[in-house]
Amino acid sequence: MTERTAAALRVVNAPWLRPLIFLLLIVVMWDLTIRIFKIPPYQIPAPKDVVITLWQEGPMLLREAWPTTVATIWGFLLSAAFGIPIAMMIAGSRTIESYVYPLLVFSQSIPKIAIAPLFVVWFGFGMLPKVLSAFLLGFFPVVVSAVQGFKSVEPDMMDLARSMEANRWQIFRMVSLPHAMPSIFAGLKVSITLAVVGAVVGEFVGSNYGIGFVLQRSIGNFELPTMFAALVVLALIGVVLFWILDVIERLAIPWHASQRQDVFLAA
Amino acid sequence: MKQTNLKIVSDAQASGSARSARPVIEIKGVSKTYKTQDGEVPSLRPLDFDINEGEFLVVVGPSGCGKSTLLKLIAGLLPPSAGEIRVENRVVTSPHRDVGIVFQSALLLPWRRVLENVMMPVEVKGLPIEEYRRRALDLIKMVGLDGFERKYPWQLSGGMQQRAAICRALVHDPKIVLMDEPFGALDEIVRDHLNEQLLELWARTDKTICFVTHSIPEAVYLSTKIVVMSPRPGRVTDVIESTLPKERPLDIRETEEFLAIAHRVREGLRAGHSYDE
Repeated sequence: MTERTAAALRVVNAPWLRPLIFLLLIVVMWDLTIRIFKIPPYQIPAPKDVVITLWQEGPMLLREAWPTTVATIWGFLLSAAFGIPIAMMIAGSRTIESYVYPLLVFSQSIPKIAIAPLFVVWFGFGMLPKVLSAFLLGFFPVVVSAVQGFKSVEPDMMDLARSMEANRWQIFRMVSLPHAMPSIFAGLKVSITLAVVGAVVGEFVGSNYGIGFVLQRSIGNFELPTMFAALVVLALIGVVLFWILDVIERLAIPWHASQRQDVFLAA
Repeated sequence: MKQTNLKIVSDAQASGSARSARPVIEIKGVSKTYKTQDGEVPSLRPLDFDINEGEFLVVVGPSGCGKSTLLKLIAGLLPPSAGEIRVENRVVTSPHRDVGIVFQSALLLPWRRVLENVMMPVEVKGLPIEEYRRRALDLIKMVGLDGFERKYPWQLSGGMQQRAAICRALVHDPKIVLMDEPFGALDEIVRDHLNEQLLELWARTDKTICFVTHSIPEAVYLSTKIVVMSPRPGRVTDVIESTLPKERPLDIRETEEFLAIAHRVREGLRAGHSYDE
């Protein structure tokens, strides 16, 4: 009896289950709200209808999810490949920082959605404009976090390394880069969720496939359950990619405070 | 701030008799002025003293008197504004081989285990790893950290971290160890223990140590020579040769002799103050 309740408690307290319980709660609230306020299905579909649509249109949604995922991943990889070296340069040289950083911030205040159609004009309806759109959204958070990470090395730590006669490359490899890793990962995590948004924006403006396209078509046809089902799929893409990144982080920086096992257990 | 400023000749240099050993570090008319946006901020007024081979020199002074600056000058991390520093008869212009540093915070790299942290200077300098690993393990044992070689820094207490930092400063067998308030952040019980251990380590390794602190008892307990400094911009107000025996149990701090030296240090610090106000 007590053993069984203990086992049940352990399952309920499992970290992976908690968000699911919360999600279930939200769905119940959603259903209740529709019933209580009698919201018509052309405004908000019932959860049941969305689940049915997810089941029926599952194969189609999965097929359309693939190009969106690919565009997201490419955009994200480009963000990392450009963002981290640029952050190194900005953190490493005051001159580069003073030239580049203000312009970079300036460029970020341009709404990317406004210039996405331009990519269609330049690169057509293929994969490239979507990748670029994902890259543009994912790039900035990587740079900002990585710059902060590279710059936050204690001055005494730098002095210590210099007193060992370490050259610039050794200081970078042994001190700055590992020190910046947690910040870089924080930036990458923001970046990957924004890259999903970027890919969908790319599909909105110029594509005839992908989840973004499904979203636009279904809203145009007032197929709200399909639209909601597409949103669920989109969210799942984001969650899975984020989770993969989380696993990579755990493997890459096992020493970091956020990864410490006993802290995790105590929490 | 040019070299025309007066030089302070220390007691030791004036008497000269106490020094049979040869100087390892020579500080000649060294001053430091920081250039900031608000103009020039003098940090050290011209200093003149030597640190002899095997000596345990303690620099004591109020916070912000330029003690840390002095250590950074000796380590070659900062250029002096005037004068020159010689280590082993070579003018210091950049970081050099014969120095190990311990700072107030242990500054262990959190992604390296204790042994890897201790081995860092060996890696940086490209010294033979195997040979120095044995030395590192010996040092770790000497400070009582054996069994913790494979632990990460966050698994260690503050005192243990600082002991690992001391091993790291000693691993490449430097002639000189510079210590910038290494026990300042520790509680008194740990501090006493580490002071004792440090003396033991010093006796066994015959390093030349230059140790900075603002604790008078710590200064008197550890030193063979004390340099007392005034508030910023720092200058030397007194140089005291310790008369305490080399063998020092902790309760030596209650002896007349100890208290007499501590009194003289306090006088020196007070003199520095009245000079400025």
